[in-house]
Amino acid sequence: MMSALEIKELAISRGGRPLFQGLNLNLSAGQACALTGRNGSGKTSLLRAIAGLLSADTGEIGFGEQDPDQARRTEIHLVGHADGLKSGQTARDELAFWTRWSGGNLSSLDSAIDRLDIRRLLDLEVRRLSAGQKRRLALARLLAAPRTLWLLDEPLSPLDSVWRTRFGEMMSDHLGSGGMIVAAIHDPLPIPAQVLEINP
Amino acid sequence: MSLAWELLKRETALSWGRGGGPLVSAGFYLGVATLLPLAAGPEPARLAAVAPGVAWMTLALATLLGLDRLFERDYEDGALDLLTLSPLPLEFVCALKCLGQWLATGLPLALAAPITEIALGGSPTLAPLVLVSALVGGLAFAFASGIGAALSLGARRGGLLTAVIVLPLFTPPVIFGGGALDAFASGLPWSAGFVLLCAYAAAAIALGPLAMAAACRNALS
Repeated sequence: MMSALEIKELAISRGGRPLFQGLNLNLSAGQACALTGRNGSGKTSLLRAIAGLLSADTGEIGFGEQDPDQARRTEIHLVGHADGLKSGQTARDELAFWTRWSGGNLSSLDSAIDRLDIRRLLDLEVRRLSAGQKRRLALARLLAAPRTLWLLDEPLSPLDSVWRTRFGEMMSDHLGSGGMIVAAIHDPLPIPAQVLEINP
Repeated sequence: MSLAWELLKRETALSWGRGGGPLVSAGFYLGVATLLPLAAGPEPARLAAVAPGVAWMTLALATLLGLDRLFERDYEDGALDLLTLSPLPLEFVCALKCLGQWLATGLPLALAAPITEIALGGSPTLAPLVLVSALVGGLAFAFASGIGAALSLGARRGGLLTAVIVLPLFTPPVIFGGGALDAFASGLPWSAGFVLLCAYAAAAIALGPLAMAAACRNALS
């Protein structure tokens, strides 16, 4: 299991424009980090770099003793702006596939469905769901297939106040079980977290 | 392997529904075959002479339908990010996507190819070779065209760009497959063309996913 996230002197540029440089972050099991900053400051790019989807100009990203490639394949969940859901598929099919793809099983999915109160949505096509309902489907993947590090890009934005509170409880539980969270946010996270402000 | 099987089932189902799936491809295929007698004239001898080549060419063109969405939709809806964060190498994921595309559209088109060839007046003895060539050639088309689909990710009017990239890659299988059919119909040795077609398909299956994965990584970054 991944024990830490260590970022040293990271620099990332996009389209020839430097976003940030000399960025450091250390996160241990049970800790969360809230990334703040203005639009375009590089919060999403940092999350994608941690996930290995974007190359850094300089610096290092480590995952404790674990091999980075292995960690990215088995220990990281990414919830980005797009939820990765196919509009023509039913919520049930999408959840089942992504749960298995992420290493979860159908019994853990069943309890995630109850916790996110999406059972009545399961037979609907994804295109029929609201933005908040789609986000809850994406968050169900986090619970159904346990992985250590959650990378969340504005996870709260489509959720109403009730679900923001409930998702806060789910994040607390994840941290309590030794997980880690890095979240790019504009609204405050409902859990204690160190704040890393990214300035261009 | 169960993960690979899950992805193959999903990709086949999505390809079946993508852009009308096999129905649109088959409709295009039959439409071109129907137009041919109107353009070339209805004389049976003339139609029989061009039937194998037309069946083969139309198969190549029908493969292009719906191809631009092979990676584009996953790229747009974030699924490509999630497919990357998995125990399966991205190269294998790309190969499974192409295989799913072939199962959903290439396989039905290959089954329609000998029917079209006979309907245009071609010899029934040629039909088995048309079928096998279309099966093998369809695989070559699917994997070669996957390269074009991945390279055009995120581009404006990516569908057109995909076709421009892919058509040169279709040249060898069209020459090898068409040559084998023409040789068989003329009573000449045909196996060399067919073996070259199989070799091209094998190369496309082996090397295509490497290029696709590299192009996907480049688009994601």
